[in-house]
Amino acid sequence: MSIQSCVTIINEWDIVAARQLGRNVAKELGFGTVDQARITTAISELARNIYLYAGKGQICIDKLYEDGKAGLRINAADNGPGISDIRQVMEDGFSTSGGLGAGLPGVKRLMDQFEIESSPGNGTQIKATKWLR
Amino acid sequence: MDFREMMESKYRELLENYIKEQSEQALYAGQKFSRKTIEQKISPEEIVSLHKSLLIEMYPDVPEKVINSFDILLEVMIGYGLAYREHQSLRHKQEELRSEMEIAANVQQTLLGTKVPVINGLDIGAISVPAKHMNGDYYHFVHDENNCISVAIADVIGKGIPAALCMSMIKYSMDSLPENRMGPSSILENLNRVVEQNVDPSMFITMFYGMYDPATNILSYASAGHEPGIYYNAEKKEFTELSARGLLLGVEKRTKYKEYKKEILPGDMVILMSDGVTECRTDEGFIERETLLGYINKYIHLSAQEIVNRIFKELEKLQHFQLRDDFTLIILKRDV
Repeated sequence: MSIQSCVTIINEWDIVAARQLGRNVAKELGFGTVDQARITTAISELARNIYLYAGKGQICIDKLYEDGKAGLRINAADNGPGISDIRQVMEDGFSTSGGLGAGLPGVKRLMDQFEIESSPGNGTQIKATKWLR
Repeated sequence: MDFREMMESKYRELLENYIKEQSEQALYAGQKFSRKTIEQKISPEEIVSLHKSLLIEMYPDVPEKVINSFDILLEVMIGYGLAYREHQSLRHKQEELRSEMEIAANVQQTLLGTKVPVINGLDIGAISVPAKHMNGDYYHFVHDENNCISVAIADVIGKGIPAALCMSMIKYSMDSLPENRMGPSSILENLNRVVEQNVDPSMFITMFYGMYDPATNILSYASAGHEPGIYYNAEKKEFTELSARGLLLGVEKRTKYKEYKKEILPGDMVILMSDGVTECRTDEGFIERETLLGYINKYIHLSAQEIVNRIFKELEKLQHFQLRDDFTLIILKRDV
């Protein structure tokens, strides 16, 4: 079962809106302050990627209920140029060396599950989930 | 009790102690605490959060403004926590690479291994030390059925892994040269063709090839742009350059190499080296050839292997134990 709400990312202010949405949902689900901050940092990172590299996209937040566990899933999707070498962007030190922030490996660390689908011309779809402990 | 629960009570104690009395001892306890939390991979944002919640619990009269300020601190610390974890993972990766390199260096040593021949009348010493893990210098001895001793010394322009990979190829093309007796110049011509065809155009190899015939005491040699060797005349106690001209391997397919001959008399020495020896840099710049000759003279009474070992030790010390280039030194000394 999942309940979804979304924010369209076009400009930098939308990043704040996406963070706010994520924080509200995280609070509702009962995440502690540290996990709330981790989730919003992950959202920031994904929304920034959309804003910087794709120009336009969407961040959706799902509440998940599975096997008696509750969780929050971030869905980031865009129709931007896509990524040709996913292994490279998932490598530590690749995006951060240019001072671009946590990068996708950072998002993966902040969350419990991480899935990415992307290819040149088909945009990028990322799903990142954190479970309530 | 798991570490997190213990951490909470320990941190509470630290905080209480320090707020009661701002002693250095309490601060020191804080430092020790951080060692434990780092060991347990507790991220900085968790510490900030713990600090905030304990503060609220222990001192309910703390102004809300102060409490709220910790949210900003927590947000900032998340970035540091991530950077720290990335650093840890990169460190781990570096460790992996390092051990992989060590294995590669061992494999290289096995691949390129050559035995220093033992023969009556000629004393041979050889040392080759890489600047990093992998060696871009190479030397090779052959003791053939005519009782001739051949010595090859080569240096790839460049160092590290690319140079080392290139050297393995040279070794195998040398091994596959036809068995019938070839002189140094035709060997270099053969290798030149192999290098020209198989190696990246930006990579060049210098090589000195010498063949000593104990029956005639003649050293025939040819050089492909290699660092000139040194000849020591025992009778005159004089060093002269063992000059030989020739283009580097891999530049031009049809290069011809000239063959030179030198008679080696009792007590005479032939000293071969890579540019890691002559370009050994000290605070005052490159070492002078005289410095090298000085060391040879200093140890001339020793066996060839002892001489090269001692010279390496001297030059290593001179460079403060930091080799900038691969170092190879070979000495052939005719017994008196």
